[in-house]
Amino acid sequence: MEKKVLYLLNMGKLFDELSKDYRFKEGFKTCINCGTCTAICPAAEFYKYDPRKILDIVQRKDDDEILALLKSETIWYCGECMSCMTRCPRKNAAGLVIMALRNLSAKLGYFTCSEKGRQLYPLTKVLTGNILKLGYCVHPDTYKYEDHPESGPVFKWVLDNKEEVYGRLGANYGRQGTGALRVIPKEDLDELQAIFDETGATERIDFVEKCSEQKAREMGMTMEEYGKYTFEHCSRGHFNDE
Amino acid sequence: MIYQGKQKIWSDYQKEIPDNHWFYVRSCIRQSFFPASEHYFLKICRDLLDRDIYESAHHTTCGGIAYHCDTIPQETAMTIVARQFALMTEAGYENLVTSCITSFGNYTEILETWREFPELEARVREHLWKSCRREFRKPVYLAHASDLVYKLRDEIAARARFSLVDKETGEPLKIVEHIGCHYSKMFPHKGVGGAEYPCVLSGMAEAWGGKVIDYPERRHCCGFGFRQYLVKANRGYSMSNTYKKFESMEPYHPDVIITNCPGCPFFLDRWQYVISEQEGKTYGPDGHGIPVLTYEELAGLVLGFDPWDLGLQVHQVGPEPLLDKMGIPYDPSAKYNGLDRKKLMTPGLPAVLKCC
Ligand code: SF4
Ligand code: SF4
Repeated sequence: MEKKVLYLLNMGKLFDELSKDYRFKEGFKTCINCGTCTAICPAAEFYKYDPRKILDIVQRKDDDEILALLKSETIWYCGECMSCMTRCPRKNAAGLVIMALRNLSAKLGYFTCSEKGRQLYPLTKVLTGNILKLGYCVHPDTYKYEDHPESGPVFKWVLDNKEEVYGRLGANYGRQGTGALRVIPKEDLDELQAIFDETGATERIDFVEKCSEQKAREMGMTMEEYGKYTFEHCSRGHFNDE
Repeated sequence: MIYQGKQKIWSDYQKEIPDNHWFYVRSCIRQSFFPASEHYFLKICRDLLDRDIYESAHHTTCGGIAYHCDTIPQETAMTIVARQFALMTEAGYENLVTSCITSFGNYTEILETWREFPELEARVREHLWKSCRREFRKPVYLAHASDLVYKLRDEIAARARFSLVDKETGEPLKIVEHIGCHYSKMFPHKGVGGAEYPCVLSGMAEAWGGKVIDYPERRHCCGFGFRQYLVKANRGYSMSNTYKKFESMEPYHPDVIITNCPGCPFFLDRWQYVISEQEGKTYGPDGHGIPVLTYEELAGLVLGFDPWDLGLQVHQVGPEPLLDKMGIPYDPSAKYNGLDRKKLMTPGLPAVLKCC
C-alpha cells in the first residue's frame, strides 16, 4: 500500500489516473450541469447523492476534490442501474464514471475511509469466493437465510429442501453435466483462477483484504467482527431525510 | 434490409433476431431463484418449437454481479466473457443468447467498448490466451432469452391452451411489464423497442391476450442496485424503490407483473412480502399480493404446463388468484411436493400476506 500512496503523492494527478479507465473514457464527455441524471436517479431519491455534482467535480479536474470523492460515502450510493445513461443529453454515463471512481478508490486503498466503501470487504469475500470456488456469482449453497430474511419462509423452505425442490424444478443441482446449478468442473474453475491471476483480480482481492485488515485493527475488531459489522451496520446520515 | 420513411425511423427500435441455432448461457440468479424458468425456456424452444439451443457444461458465471459490485477489475470481467465466447466458437455457434439481463448488459457493454477501443479487445485476447490457451470469435448476434421468446410469441400463441383473459368476464388481464434496466437503458438500440418503447414483454403479453398497463413509474428500477441489495445494511434502498413502483401501479389494479430480468421478479415478489410484514399493506385483492412472473413462467402457463412444474410455488406471493382468473386447473395438495411427488414439510406462512 505504501508504494501506491507514494506513487500517488509524486504524481498528484488523480484525474489522469481516472482518465485511463475505459469506463471513464466511455462515460465522461462534457457535463452541462442540467441535472437530468439526478432527476431520474433511483439512488438520488433516497441517498444524499447527486450524480450531477459528481460529474461536475470530476470535470473541474481538481485533485483535492477528486481525492475527497475517493474517500467519500457518496460514490458508493449509486446502484449502477444505468438509467442515467439513457437520458443524458451529452451522452455521459454517471454510472460508468462512478465505476471508475470506485475502481480507483479500491486500487488506492481509500475505500476504507467510508462506511459504505468498507462494504467492499464482505462483497469481495463472498462474490469472488463464489466465483472461484463454485463458478457462480450467487449460489444457494452460500446464500444464507439468516443473512436474507427478506427471501421469505418460502425460500427458507427451498434452502431446507434443496435436492428435492431443485430436483423437481428440472435443475441439475450438485451434479456434473449441463443444466441449472450443475457442479462446474474443476478444470473450468482453474481457468477462472488463471484469469483472476492474469488480469489483476487476485492482486485486487489481496489488496482489499490487506487494507481491510489494517482498518479492522484501527477499529479494534477481529476480521470476523469487521466482516459482520461492515455487512450489517448502517449509521444515521446517509439518507435524504436524516 | 433497407428501410424508408416512417419505417426508417422505427427501424432504430427493431432488432434482428435470428430464428435458430443459439449458444445459451445461464444466469446465476435465475438458476438459484427460478430454475424451472430456464428449464422451460429450453423445453419450449427445443422440444415444442424445434429450435437448436446448445449449452456447454463448461460455461460459468459471466462475473457481472461481481463486476457491478466493483469487486473485480474490468479486464477480469472481460476475460471471463471472452472465455464464454471461446466456448461458443469451439462449439461452432455464432449467435449467443443469455438468460440473465445483467449478463446481456455486460456482454453488450464489452462488445461496444471493444468496438470503440480495439486495443482493449487485443489485450483481452492476450489475457485469455495466456490464462486459458483459448481463442474466440465475437458473436454475430447477441440476444437476451426474452428476445427469443418475443420472436416466438406468435408460435406460442398458436399452441396456447390458456390466454391472458379473465375467464369470468372475458376481459383481458391487466399486465404490468417490468424490463430489467440493463436490457436497453445502456445501449437502447440493442433491445427490442429501445429504451423508450421497449416492447419485448408487452409484445408477448398482447400476443397472449393481455392488456398492458401504463403507469407513472413503469420504467423505474426495481431497486436491486447490486451492492444496495447484497449488503444487508443497504437493503432499504432496494425496498424503497420497489415500494415506489407498487404505490404507482396500485391504482391500476394489475392482475400480474411480468419481468425479463432474473433479479427483478425476486425483488418485486419478496419486497411485497416485507412491506406486508412491516406496514401491513398488500397490493392485490383480499390480502393477496400481485403475482410476479418470469416471461418463461407466463409462456409455460399459456401453453398449459403444470404451475408447480413451472416453479410458481417458489414465489412468496401466491399465484392462485391469477390461475383462477385464467381458468388454469391446479392441485393445491401437490404445490409443495418434492421429487417424484414426495411429500415435504410445507413452508411457514407470512403473518399478513395471503399465499394461497
Ligand atoms: S444528465 Fe448529463 S449533462 Fe446533465 S448533469 Fe447529468 S451528466 Fe451532466
Ligand atoms: S447508474 Fe447510478 S447514477 Fe445512474 S441512475 Fe443508476 S443509481 Fe443513479
